[in-house]
Order: sequence, then C-alpha cells, then structure tokens
Amino acid sequence: MVDHGFIPVRANLIEVAAFLDRVERHVVSDDFRCVALREAAALLVDGQPERARRILEKLSDPTTEPVAESSGKAALGAWRASAPAESLRRKTN
Amino acid sequence: MRYIEPHGHMVSRTTDDYQAMVTAGCVAVCEPAFWAGFDRGSVDGFRDYYRQLTEYEPARAAKFMLPHFSWLCLNPKESEDLGLARDVLAIIPEFLSRPNVLGIGEIGLNRNTRNEMTVLEQHVELAVSHDQLILVHTPHLEDKLKGTQLILDLLGSHRGVKPERVIIDHVEEHTIQRVLDRGFWAGITLYPDSKSSPPRAVDMLEICGRERIWLNSACDWGVSDPLAVPKTAIEMRRRGYGAEFVDAVLYANPLRFLSQCPKFRLGDAPVG
Repeated sequence: MVDHGFIPVRANLIEVAAFLDRVERHVVSDDFRCVALREAAALLVDGQPERARRILEKLSDPTTEPVAESSGKAALGAWRASAPAESLRRKTN
Repeated sequence: MRYIEPHGHMVSRTTDDYQAMVTAGCVAVCEPAFWAGFDRGSVDGFRDYYRQLTEYEPARAAKFMLPHFSWLCLNPKESEDLGLARDVLAIIPEFLSRPNVLGIGEIGLNRNTRNEMTVLEQHVELAVSHDQLILVHTPHLEDKLKGTQLILDLLGSHRGVKPERVIIDHVEEHTIQRVLDRGFWAGITLYPDSKSSPPRAVDMLEICGRERIWLNSACDWGVSDPLAVPKTAIEMRRRGYGAEFVDAVLYANPLRFLSQCPKFRLGDAPVG
C-alpha cells in the first residue's frame, strides 16, 4: 500500500504547498477558495479519521434550501455565502 | 476481464475509444442524455439528439460488436428554461419504446435551484408513470452534498419511486453512505480532476461494501478517460482482490441493476 501510494501522494502534497506559496506570491491568497483550501488542509493533521469525507464536507454548501436562481452553470469548488457568477465561471461536466 | 461501462457519453468520443474499450473487455456501454456544452435552443435540437442516442450511436458501437444502450432526459444544466423543459419532456415518451432505451437519465440537479427542482420532479413523474429506471446526476464540488440531500428527499417523498430501480451517480465519500442507507444504488465516477480517482473508489468499496455500487468513467467531451473503469481493476488487483471481486463490481453489479429493464440483454450472460 505505502510502496505504491507514497510517491504520487507526496507529489500531490507538494503541489498543494506550491499552490499556496504561489497564490501568496501573486497576492491572491485571500480568495475565498484559497482560504477554504487552507482550512480544509488543517483537517489532514487533526488526528481524526475519515479525512476525505470531512474535507469534502468542509468545502460544501451547508445550506439546505434550493436557491432562487443559478449563479452560473459551473460550481467553484468551495462555498461562500453569496457567490457571484462573474469571471470565476469555468466548465465542469 | 469483462466489464460494463454504465455511464459514457459516447457521442463525444472518437471511434478509437470504442475500439480501445472493447479491447479492454467492455461488453456493453450505456449512454445517458447529457449537456452538449451549450444550451440547445429548441425542442427539435433535443429530438435530433435523442435520434442520435437511439439510432446512430448504437450503429456506431455495433461496428465493434458492442451493445449500446441509452437514457433520455433534459440535463439539469438546461433546466432553467421551464417552458423549453416542459416541451422537451413532452417528446421523450415518443422514444421510450426504442429498443436501446433503458430509462430516464441523467436527471438531477446542477446548482440546486428551484427551477432545477421543478424539472427534476417532472422527470421523476415521467419515469414513474412509464415504469422506467432512473439515473440521477448529483451536482459538482461544493454543491454535491446539498444537492444529494435535496434529491434523496425528493425521491423519498414520491410514493411511486422504488429505490432499487434508481441509481444516484457521482457519489463521493461524503454522499455514498447517505445514498446506500436510503436503499438506492450508488455510482462512483472516475475522473482525473474531480469526482473520484481509482484509489478513492476502491477505498469506498472497502468502507461501504460492494453491494448496490457501480463504477463508471462518465467519459464525455471534457477531461475524462474512457478506460477509467478497467484501469480501476488494476488498483483492485494491486490491493489483493481477486478476479471474482473485480468481476462482481465491474460486471455483475451493473448487470444486476440494468437487467431490471427487460431491454438490457447481453446474449447468454447470466444475471450475476
């Protein structure tokens, strides 16, 4: 398990670290998605199980009622209370 | 190895992909109706698409001796125009008796809007009234958890819905158990950048068991891999699971669900 999985996951972890460095260097680290990513990443080292499930929940819309109208066809990857559609739209399928 | 690709948008793929899938052991492919990447402008646009799914695409797959089945609906991404949605749903019954049509799908939610809920409800009513299987798409990313719960509540409140005849697709770690606990089937979609990877899919099988779960590639016009299902067999074998386990998940499970539609037949294959 570890022999096969460690190197790819090590690479992914460094990608996360480099991304967080990059958004700081480009002064966009206060973007709500970057904030959400840092908060979610904290769950990796809290010593509790089911990290994948809990990170997915952390990044999810916590509301329960349907919204009045769509803010665009594509989700953004992290939730914020009143996400405008603007230029953040991207394709997901 | 044999496997069923229960969710692939083959109209978006090249003929080379059919060849590769058959070479890898694919014995049937099922194609839910999908968003074209732009909003279709008329009912006739949908009529032509349904003809493609029920006439042209099965013929293309047949060149590689691959049975092709389809699901019909208006995709949730196109649910905001309630007038168009109503008119499109009205033509779907014309196609339900076609020999490769398995049911209504992939219906569901995209951004969890009221209009999407309205059109989802209409689709469910259409499926129940025509005794069709149902394939449900769950939303992406931050919308998935809420959307899945809305879908489960809507389906659960309809007295005509039989959970064993409904598969809720694109589950992830935070939604799979909710789906299974309500008696529905769950689909795990294998995508390079979102949904699930092969290792995560096998994790979910280890945690939740292998009953009422299928795996699919949902390959389409975006970044996706039509061979994601057989590649996941490699991950299973790497962890020590034998051929029986692989066959149960990648072949027998989808066969069991899809065979609830009498039109889904694979020659002499027994229902696993």
